[in-house]
Amino acid sequence: MAGIIEVHHLSKTFVTRDADVEALQDISLSIQTGDIYGIIGMSGAGKSTLVRCLNFLERPTSGTVEIEGKDLSTLSEKELRARRAEIAMIFQHFNLLMQKNVIDNICFPLLYGGVGKKDGGKRGTMSKKDARKRAAELLEIVGMSEKAKAYPSQLSGGQKQRVAIARALAANPKILLCDEATSALDPQTTQSILQLLKQINRDYGITIVIITHEMSVVREICSHVAIISEGRLAEQGRVTDIFEHPRTKEAKELIVKGEGEGSRTLENRQRDLMKGKCCIRIVFSVNSSFEPVIANMVLRFGQPINILRADTKNVEGIARGEMILSLPDDVRIQEDMKAYLVERGLAVEEVDGYVD
Amino acid sequence: MWTSEMTLMMWEGTLETLFMTLLSTLFGYLLGVPMGIALAVTDKNGIRPNAAVYKILDVIANIVRSIPFLILLILIMPLTKLIVGRSYGTAATVVPLTVAAAPFIGRMIESSLKEVDHGVIEAAQSMGASTMTIIVRVLLVEARTSILVGVTIALGTILGYSAMAGIVGGGGLGDIAMRYGYYRYESDIMLVAVVLLVILVQIFQTLGMRMSVKLDRRKR
Repeated sequence: MAGIIEVHHLSKTFVTRDADVEALQDISLSIQTGDIYGIIGMSGAGKSTLVRCLNFLERPTSGTVEIEGKDLSTLSEKELRARRAEIAMIFQHFNLLMQKNVIDNICFPLLYGGVGKKDGGKRGTMSKKDARKRAAELLEIVGMSEKAKAYPSQLSGGQKQRVAIARALAANPKILLCDEATSALDPQTTQSILQLLKQINRDYGITIVIITHEMSVVREICSHVAIISEGRLAEQGRVTDIFEHPRTKEAKELIVKGEGEGSRTLENRQRDLMKGKCCIRIVFSVNSSFEPVIANMVLRFGQPINILRADTKNVEGIARGEMILSLPDDVRIQEDMKAYLVERGLAVEEVDGYVD
Repeated sequence: MWTSEMTLMMWEGTLETLFMTLLSTLFGYLLGVPMGIALAVTDKNGIRPNAAVYKILDVIANIVRSIPFLILLILIMPLTKLIVGRSYGTAATVVPLTVAAAPFIGRMIESSLKEVDHGVIEAAQSMGASTMTIIVRVLLVEARTSILVGVTIALGTILGYSAMAGIVGGGGLGDIAMRYGYYRYESDIMLVAVVLLVILVQIFQTLGMRMSVKLDRRKR
């Protein structure tokens, strides 16, 4: 089945004074309607160039890009602009107009973008009043209604990206390109933006292409993924397949590198488990590791304990074991257990969240 | 002794200086803005790179800017006569002032527009905005603070140039300062004229900066 985006043998070479740089070589992709398609690679792999080829902000040196069966290179300048209105884009640094407030930023594509040009119209057929009405609806969708009159400099990174998403949706696009859209955001904000993208994909059936260097982003929301390495397509397919059976070296590398990031979400889950429970953090020094302390404690009190986390950490060159335990609910047993551990020379402290 | 004629002369001088400065700045911007836009847009990193157009404008700007104003004033007298009808007087000074100011203003506009974040331009392109739309709705809007600071600088510089208007009988405070202070050693008159010039520059500077800060939405 022909996809909404078909890329055939695409290559892009940048001619510089010193040498020709081959940014992309022979890339072929097929992206189906409704997919959330991840394109992942290290910095400098060429993924940003690839996404710019999808709306012809960069013209490929060779190969073709077809959007809904239409080869972009055959379009006139005017037709291309009309096409671009259907291919929205969001960016790492949000790229909002700093001198315009939120509502005017969202109105921009409606009033001045390529909307309506497809049918030979001169400019967006929308009146200013209608544009503002539509912008207000979009702000509702991204949960930013109360910030309509604010200027971008007054917003946080996550809020700016929400405004950028609202702006991208304004012209009812069929495709949304995300160029490292969460890379400038902290983990929690990244989560909320990814959830919003997921919701947009589900509710409006917009095909989403996500450029990222974070495996966690792909794992979180993508259905399909392409791995780009040094300008070449290393592997592509369903995320679940590649995650379970990576065939290429590049895929394996990215999955292993992604583990560290993945454990963050695991930690979030653990933090939820810790809520309302009595948790302690114990540290083993060198001389306390001969005795199986935990096992002995469980045998002695006849009560199960939950090990939430165990790790060794290098503190001033000496490896120290660290463990976080969730104790039984009985307060008396808790006190006895703590006393038991202190007796064996362990450092014990109560925790209600991880201190890393 | 200070007479009422002198006060009148100062008043007229102030008006002449204001007339020359403001009018030349206005015409300077009418020529300089399109020139600056063309320079910024056709630059190799601009939104419509065009090496030939850029080079031509670049050379014109450099040539005009390297000619000393006094020489320019005399050099373009035929043009002045063609436009104003005569080559002397206050109105006639506006022509050489405009010609001298336009490339200078064009350069300032160029640099203001080049400060606009490329990402914002790219975002507008990705929405299907045309080159003209990007110039009017993105570049000029995002650069307006910097452009206003440029206007302040331009006013000060053109006011300085206008002091040489006396050569062609243009009048103004600079002319008074030169005639009385430099040729006739009447330094009290010169002092008053110079103080008035300082006050004018001060007013332009304060107003310009206030407006640019007021219009800037980036920090609040």
